[in-house]
Amino acid sequence: MAIKLYQLETVSCPSCIVKIEKMLSKTAGVHSSEVLFNSSRVRVSFDDNEISSEAIKSSIVKLGYKVLGEK
Amino acid sequence: MLLKKLTQSQRMAAAGMLVTASLILNKTVGYEWITIVVMMASTLVAGVPIMLNAAKALKYRIVGIDALVTIAVIGAWFIGEYWEAAAVTFLFMFGNYLESKTIEKTRSSIQALLALAPDTARVRREGGETIISPKEVQIGEEVIVKPGEKICVDGTIMDGSAYINQSAITGESIPVNKGLNDTVFSGTMIESGYLIVRADKVGEDTTFARILQMVEEAQDNKAKTQKFLEKFARYYTPFIIIMAVVIYMITQDIVMALTLLVIACPGALVISAPVSIVAGIGNGAKRGVLFKGGEMMEKLYAVKAVAFDKTGTLTMGKPAVTRIITYGIPEKELLKLAAIGEAYSEHPLARAIVDQATKNFGTIKEVPADVEIIAGQGISFTYEGQQFFIGNRKLFAAYGLQSDKYEYDLAAEEEQGQTAVMIGNTKGVLGIISIADQIREDAEEVIHDLKSMGIQKVVMLTGDNTRAAKAISDQLRLDEYYGELLPQNKVQVLEQLQAKYGVVAMVGDGVNDAPALASADLGIAMGGTGSDVAIETGDVVLMSGQLSKLAYAVALSRTTVRNMKQNIYFALLVAALLLIGVLVKKVNLSFGMFLHELSVLLVIVNAIRLLGYGKRRRTGKSIEFTNVGREVQ
Repeated sequence: MAIKLYQLETVSCPSCIVKIEKMLSKTAGVHSSEVLFNSSRVRVSFDDNEISSEAIKSSIVKLGYKVLGEK
Repeated sequence: MLLKKLTQSQRMAAAGMLVTASLILNKTVGYEWITIVVMMASTLVAGVPIMLNAAKALKYRIVGIDALVTIAVIGAWFIGEYWEAAAVTFLFMFGNYLESKTIEKTRSSIQALLALAPDTARVRREGGETIISPKEVQIGEEVIVKPGEKICVDGTIMDGSAYINQSAITGESIPVNKGLNDTVFSGTMIESGYLIVRADKVGEDTTFARILQMVEEAQDNKAKTQKFLEKFARYYTPFIIIMAVVIYMITQDIVMALTLLVIACPGALVISAPVSIVAGIGNGAKRGVLFKGGEMMEKLYAVKAVAFDKTGTLTMGKPAVTRIITYGIPEKELLKLAAIGEAYSEHPLARAIVDQATKNFGTIKEVPADVEIIAGQGISFTYEGQQFFIGNRKLFAAYGLQSDKYEYDLAAEEEQGQTAVMIGNTKGVLGIISIADQIREDAEEVIHDLKSMGIQKVVMLTGDNTRAAKAISDQLRLDEYYGELLPQNKVQVLEQLQAKYGVVAMVGDGVNDAPALASADLGIAMGGTGSDVAIETGDVVLMSGQLSKLAYAVALSRTTVRNMKQNIYFALLVAALLLIGVLVKKVNLSFGMFLHELSVLLVIVNAIRLLGYGKRRRTGKSIEFTNVGREVQ
């Protein structure tokens, strides 16, 4: 189990929240995710045996959101 | 492909011009092929990014608002509504652009605070000065800070003195003067002067770094209402989509079905709570009130009773001289005499006397002789050849001195929660000095403000004796007081209050009342620079250690929650009206999109109003947010 925070570019559209959370909920290995709207970050809790942080990052990017950093 | 490469603003300008051109053509040439071509061009310019986003989401089998708008646009083309398609795409793009610009504003207070983090450090290394990142400073290293620069560590002043603006930590911008051995904090700025500071805490461990982290987390700590709204929105969209399909199948009314798709995402509702919360928390953070989340805002809004800890919260936690009674000698002389004798005592009461004398006459240079400290009683000393005594009844009795005839005055002082000390010579008592923990200057006003704001009960909980508790309670006009409480008793009293009044807040300094702070519905901790415990334990932290900020916090929570409620009701109303409007055919595609985007913008603009709250002074004396009380230590 790992929990990571991904910093996105400013998130301002209400529907982005739903989109990102839905996408992650369908991703294998991800337990839960939450878009932190005001700080424009995504908190993802996932099984690091099943999915890598890099893979999560790239699926967020593929959905159309730049990832500026992670911690 | 050219359409993909435009920047956002170029794209918007292009789409804007095309939409305008198509309107003009429609008026002049009429609804001819050229008009339709321009409308289609406009739709493509504005619509391509929307379609691309829709496609990206569809890969994950997610139907987002982009997909719904895309379907609506294609549908509109299909039935020959070229103008509707152009208007919908343009409004969607323009609306989103304005939303992103305005929503940044709601977050600006917090962003500004985060930007205050120091980014360079000037340290002494190998005899010279090196500029490095604050993260690289080692504990124990000496940091040099010049005027206009930020201190980048929590540390102790080794050399120099300066006027320091501590607003980053306390919200108070009046500079304080600090010198040798004083403690300074990361994030604060030197206005004038020059300091060499020894680093005691660096990087993430500094008070400022921890405040920043708390604020950053706080803005997304959701209010209960917000969680509910998110659930609602999650069901609303599929419900409307199904409704659109059903209506199309029954009535074959394609326009109505497409319009329903456009209004299926309740954007205003989703952001109604977070924009208010982030603006409210940002406002508080700027003024030295740290809310740890939206939920804390809601709780403070609902508070019915407030319980205060006594020592360190309602009082300064520092004894001071409150009254001098003399028998035949001038007050000044008595105080000076007492200070001369007490100068070498470490007792807190002695400190209070010496401090008071120093304040009145400057440093006392006279030196006593034959000082004898009698534990639990007081001291005796000789000054200018005469023997004097300072102490309690036991001391005077031990020397066979008459103190009975002053008993009335002694008892009267003690009745008021004071500690009375007698000063005398071999002939008898010369006077009495009363010492007590001082009530904070702003305590009475805050209690008055809380009551006038409709808080039903304001009480005090203290471990101190009942007599002292009563004296302070009377003076501050508290509703109730509970004395001689052990920490676990405080928790019991809070439970009783909760049962009786509902939501109860506990205000304390976080040092010895952590269990009470934790067991109240809402723990409000008095900060004051450097009190890390308070920052950790409180749900709400008054960072400057000023009690008066409590009234501001309550007022801010009410304004913020009201603002949030306005947003929610407005968003619900708009969603309902849009739905009805579409069903009775009063709202078509472009008008539906227009109302949708407008409602989102209005919700944001309403939240932005919160940023300015507190700038204007409220009428009368009710709340004024100036520098009251002690200087921050």
